[in-house]
Amino acid sequence: MSEHTHDHDHHEAEGPHVSLKEYVIGFVLAVILTVIPFWLVMGNVFESSTTTALLILSFMVVQIFVHMIYFLHMNFHSEGGWNMLALIFTLVLVFITLAGSLWVMISLNNNMMPGMMG
Amino acid sequence: MSEATMTADVKTQDGPLEFLVKGDHHPQNGTLLGFWLYLMSDCLIFAALFATYGVLARSYAGGPTGMEVFDLSLVAINTSFLLLSSITYGFAMLQMQANRLKGTLFWLAITGLLGAAFLGLELYEFYHLIHIGATPQTSGFLTAFFALVGTHGLHVLFGIVWLVTLLFQLKKHGLIPANKRRVFCLSMFWHFLDVVWVGVFTFVYLMGVLP
Repeated sequence: MSEHTHDHDHHEAEGPHVSLKEYVIGFVLAVILTVIPFWLVMGNVFESSTTTALLILSFMVVQIFVHMIYFLHMNFHSEGGWNMLALIFTLVLVFITLAGSLWVMISLNNNMMPGMMG
Repeated sequence: MSEATMTADVKTQDGPLEFLVKGDHHPQNGTLLGFWLYLMSDCLIFAALFATYGVLARSYAGGPTGMEVFDLSLVAINTSFLLLSSITYGFAMLQMQANRLKGTLFWLAITGLLGAAFLGLELYEFYHLIHIGATPQTSGFLTAFFALVGTHGLHVLFGIVWLVTLLFQLKKHGLIPANKRRVFCLSMFWHFLDVVWVGVFTFVYLMGVLP
C-alpha cells in the first residue's frame, strides 16, 4: 500500500502512534474501574447511599481519565496542544452546565417547597 | 493555529521549507483537530442532557422509580459489549498501523458487531420499559432518561453506519491515507461514545437504583 511517495508516509506518521501495551493497560484498568462500581451497587456493600454515590462518581472520573489517556491518546503535545486546550475548555463548560443546573434547581426546590411558604 | 502547526512541522523536518512549498493537499492534522472539536461540541450536547437528567432524576410524578425499572445485570452486559468494542477497535488500529488490510477489516467488523449487540440490548430495554408502561411521557425522570440514553444510542447507531461505510471504502480502496484518516476519526468517535457511556452507567443506572 505504501509504494507512494515519502511525503505520504510522513503524513501517516503524524496520526497518533498506538501500541498494544497502551490498549491492554487501558482495557484492564477500564474493566477494573467498571466492575468495582457495579459490585458496590449490586452487592449493597455500603449502608449509606451517599458513600456509594461518592465512591462510584470518583470511579467514573478516574475511568474517564483512563479512556482519555489510553484510548483517545490525549496528551499535551498532540496537534500542538490544541486538542488539550479544546478539551479543557469543554470540561469547564460541562462543569458549569452540570454544577450550575443542579445547584440552581436544588436551591429552587428547597426554597419553593410548599411547607416553607407558611 | 495552522501557523503553529506548520512551524512545529518544519522543525522536525530536514528541509526547512519542504512542507510549506507543497500545498497541494491539506495536512492530516487539520482533519483530526477539526473532528476533535466536533466531538467537544457533541460533549456539550451530552452535558445539557446529563444536566437535565440530574435535575429530573427524582421527578417520578407517581410513575416508576429507577430502582423499579432498571435491570443492572442487563446494563452490565451492555457495558461489557461497549468496553470490548473499545479494545477491538484498538486492535483494528494496530492492524492498520502495521498496514494489514485483512486484520483491520476483521477487527473493525468485530467492533461493529459488538456495537450492534449493544444497540440491540438497549432497544430491548426500551421496548421492555415501554411495554410495562414506563414510557417517556410518564414522568420527567423517564423523559430525561429516554432523551439521554436514546441520544447516546443514536450516536452508536450512526457510528455503526459509518463503520459499515468505512468497511466498504477500505475494501475498495485499501489502506490509502484518506482511509487511514477516516479510521482515526471513527476511533475517536467510538472511544468518545464509550466515555459518555461511562457517565451514563454511573450517573443514570448505578445512581438511579440507589435508595
